[in-house]
Amino acid sequence: MTDTIAAISTAIGEAGIGIVRLSGKDSIEIANKIFKGSKIDELKKAENRKLTYGHIIDPKTNEIIDEVLIAYMKEPYTYTRENVVEIYCHGGIISVRKILEAVLESGARLAEPGEFTKRAFLNGRLDLAQSEAVIDLIRAKTDKSFQVSLNQLEGNLSKKIREIRNTLLEMLAHINASIDFSEEEDVDDVTYMGLEEKARLVKDEIERLLKTADRGKILRDGLNTVILGKPNVGKSSLLNSILRENRAIVTDIPGTTRDIIEEYVNIDGIPLRIIDTAGIRTTDDVVEKIGVDKAKDMVNRADLIIAVFDVSSELADEDFEIVEIIKDKNAIVLLNKSDLPNKYDKDYFTELLPGKKIINTSILEGVGIDILEEEIKNIFYSGTVNIESDIVVTNMRHKNQLVKAKKNIEDGLEGIKANMPLDCIEVDIKACWENLGEISGDTVSEDILDKIFSDFCIGK
Amino acid sequence: MKEVKKYIAGNYDVVVVGAGHAGCEAALATARMGMKTIMLTMNLDSIADMPCNPNIGGTGKGHLVREIDALGGQMALTIDKACIQSRMLNTSKGPAVHSLRVQADKKKYHTEMKKVLEDEPNLDLRQGEVVDIIVEDGEVKGVVTRTGAIYNSKAVILATGTYLRGRIFIGEVNYESGPSGYSPANLLSDALKRLGIGLRRFKTGTPARVHRDTIDFSKMEIQPGDEEVVPFSFMNMEKDFHIDQVPCYLTYTTEKTKEIIQNNLDRSPLYAGEMEGVGPRYCPSIEDKIVRFPDREVHQVFIEPEGLDTKEMYVQGVSSSLPEEVQIEMYKSIIGLENVKFMRSAYAIEYDCIDPTILKRTLEHKGIKNLFFAGQINGSSGYEEAAAQGLVAGINAALNIRGEEPFILDRSEAYIGVLIDDLVTKGTNEPYRMMTARAEYRLTLRQDNADLRLTEKGYRIGLATEERYRKTLKKKELIEEELDRLKRIMVNPTEENNKILEELGSAKIKNPFSLYDLIKRPELTYEKLKVLDENRPDLPREIRLQVETHIKYEGYIRKQMIQIEQFKKLENKKLPMDLDYSTIKGLSNEAVQKLNKMKPDSVGQASRISGVSPADINVLLIYLEQKRREKKENSND
Repeated sequence: MTDTIAAISTAIGEAGIGIVRLSGKDSIEIANKIFKGSKIDELKKAENRKLTYGHIIDPKTNEIIDEVLIAYMKEPYTYTRENVVEIYCHGGIISVRKILEAVLESGARLAEPGEFTKRAFLNGRLDLAQSEAVIDLIRAKTDKSFQVSLNQLEGNLSKKIREIRNTLLEMLAHINASIDFSEEEDVDDVTYMGLEEKARLVKDEIERLLKTADRGKILRDGLNTVILGKPNVGKSSLLNSILRENRAIVTDIPGTTRDIIEEYVNIDGIPLRIIDTAGIRTTDDVVEKIGVDKAKDMVNRADLIIAVFDVSSELADEDFEIVEIIKDKNAIVLLNKSDLPNKYDKDYFTELLPGKKIINTSILEGVGIDILEEEIKNIFYSGTVNIESDIVVTNMRHKNQLVKAKKNIEDGLEGIKANMPLDCIEVDIKACWENLGEISGDTVSEDILDKIFSDFCIGK
Repeated sequence: MKEVKKYIAGNYDVVVVGAGHAGCEAALATARMGMKTIMLTMNLDSIADMPCNPNIGGTGKGHLVREIDALGGQMALTIDKACIQSRMLNTSKGPAVHSLRVQADKKKYHTEMKKVLEDEPNLDLRQGEVVDIIVEDGEVKGVVTRTGAIYNSKAVILATGTYLRGRIFIGEVNYESGPSGYSPANLLSDALKRLGIGLRRFKTGTPARVHRDTIDFSKMEIQPGDEEVVPFSFMNMEKDFHIDQVPCYLTYTTEKTKEIIQNNLDRSPLYAGEMEGVGPRYCPSIEDKIVRFPDREVHQVFIEPEGLDTKEMYVQGVSSSLPEEVQIEMYKSIIGLENVKFMRSAYAIEYDCIDPTILKRTLEHKGIKNLFFAGQINGSSGYEEAAAQGLVAGINAALNIRGEEPFILDRSEAYIGVLIDDLVTKGTNEPYRMMTARAEYRLTLRQDNADLRLTEKGYRIGLATEERYRKTLKKKELIEEELDRLKRIMVNPTEENNKILEELGSAKIKNPFSLYDLIKRPELTYEKLKVLDENRPDLPREIRLQVETHIKYEGYIRKQMIQIEQFKKLENKKLPMDLDYSTIKGLSNEAVQKLNKMKPDSVGQASRISGVSPADINVLLIYLEQKRREKKENSND
């Protein structure tokens, strides 16, 4: 237990403050790297067990992430009996996540489930009776995270990871075949050019995945959901209705324009970032046009569109425009005001938008909202959400593994370029392959042998 | 049948059953460690027999031979005497995967090994078929032979190779037989079953032997040995090691070969479903290759001599269990073999072996004290793999009798450790062969540093000789001195020096550089930098190699050392053998089942058992800490 671990210690969600905690030999050193105090410039100079005010700085961009209170506690009089640092920041999701990322970037490792408590126990802090609880904790949390990994949402990521691992596996099989079966005619020599090409491919793919993590999708920022509809069809009522029934995560996001309202809401564990557009309306008014352009931009970047139509009035040009927009997108159609006399029916829309889920609602009367929420869940869990890149890294542990994998493949590339021997290069490629395996849960090294025997005709 | 009258034929510390490569190493190890040992074999002429390929070493395998040698084993010393061609494989790749492979004169190898066995003072050689194992109160007490001889002993090492209920397959013909026409051991299998030891069937095969004078070598490519020959044994390193080398030949199968095989597949016992045994993927029969890779037009065939005093030639790459007439026709379709005459037919052999997961990492049975298993009976294949296991079983049998701590090499210390850990922890579904790809810490487990890694260990247990130990110490010293020296010698950025560097294809320097740091540059080597190193001492080849490797791959090796440190942490958390895992709260059901069956010796070994998750490992760590504290609290009372 020489390494330093870190984790978000408060529950994610609605809260005034969030706490990021570090434990381990280097925790003070690590926190010191990203902390800038106002009175005391360095954390190290602060007093033990006293709160200090300052900012956490993103080590990559040098930008301020959040204003915080920070305290360090020297071993052994801490929960884990190791050096502990606690960073108190603003609640919600974004701040704690970014701070955790900064901490990990600066040398800490993401804690495993129950690891703080495990350390507390192993370092003699907890008694035997309490240790039972530690086991329960490890068990429960692991089982839970196991369930999460079965989730369809992560299915896409696993698929992509497996693809990348396959490329790595080909490299490994080829290298190892050429080492262990160098005299086999079927095993042609590994060329450094070929290796470099594949290594670059792997590096690019990993970087692409990391970017999705940096953009902070779904579980971090919520499923990008846009409510679309011409004025007065019931968009705001819909938003209010969802907000009323569900827990809003964040209600005040800086940077919101007057044209677009963003709300964060959590429907049975699915975080949504709902954007209520000011309305799509063709206009010549320059000022208003900016708002409309933005709305269109939002639509293009949306993971899910909820299109609202007023079934009590005839469809207007703007409605047809909306139909056009959502045709190839992930969208749910609401035929609102269905309590009033209908001008057209569901079938008409089914023809217009084949394959789309169409729900009759009366938002004011509260009719159909439950069906809508059910459908959002369906879409989310069935994995049909078509997120920009299709694949998102939402889990900090995954991101962490990706960062390691990237470092290893970069080392590998360097080795290839320096013409290092194959067995050296293999070390980095294998490490990368193993890092990624930790994400998809496949870490069997027997795979390499299987690949050798299935790809090459071996046998003198 | 009348019951055989039994008699006490002798009292020994150790009985070794089998005289193959495992048996030889086992018997020599126990005898050399002071144990009164008897080696029983069905036929003394089969001592150290090589029923398949006439070579020793190769990738991974060569590493094993060097490690056996470093610990004080015999294989390397004997093959150095029986070597008729030597090649270092993979020289174009990194030093970690350089692998020595030599052609053996089979007869000579047998004779030389038999001599060593006969000369060993603590060792008796005796022909006889062991048919029963005496076990009392969960402890082995001796063996019984077919002729009624009882050999009492404190330990028994079973190294029966492919003899257990051996059955040979040649087309539609199959019959009970051991390898090379020796008799099979049909009775010992039942004795094992009586002890509750489950058996399964594995198979392997060998190609035909053909008459040298019927081969047209002019149509083949000659494959000579290396010009500079390196001995296998570290003991022969500095000596003027010379051998007379004979060549091997490379040729190819043809379209016709493929056609003949395809037309006769239904006559292959493998494809007709007559064989139950599982064969190795890395050593397929020619019919396997044709079926699995139908797009390949031709396959390589190597012609290798079986020895200097024989005209029998081994046809590497064409092992087969097709009917004899088909074999002959098929061989004649190979380029250069148009008029070939068979001397021995190719065959497949099926035999009984155990599931090695019933063994500890000492190769002792988990339930029967002092009963050891080594070699092909454990589901491995290959002479070298067998020898390595024989050595470890022998050492541990001797240590058990002495009442000393077991000798276990872990995966970070030796290929031998990887081999045994793989077998006893993961088990194997096919005859297990060593490969460098199986070793996680390949860069540190090199064949050139096996002595540096292991000789001291071998010396401490009383196996490696004083002479060997001193030699290794000297080597260590020389390497360290030279590394220190290279760090001290600075190259100044003079015009003259920079000119030399440029000539060597390297960039100029602006500041003083140590030679040590200059060697790190990819384009430079220890040898090349001699021009900048006036007072370089005249060091043996192996020292220069070590120095260069150490410097060049320092970064990679350091990476691996960190991994090894992590690995060792779990490896050092020992688990008691009598632990009932169902009493530990928090383990998954699957983990309890597997752990109770496998009884791993450490948390590290537990982590490699399939079905044991990282969460289970955490639970085990906490359990161990609980126990440690309970113990501490009790002792405080």
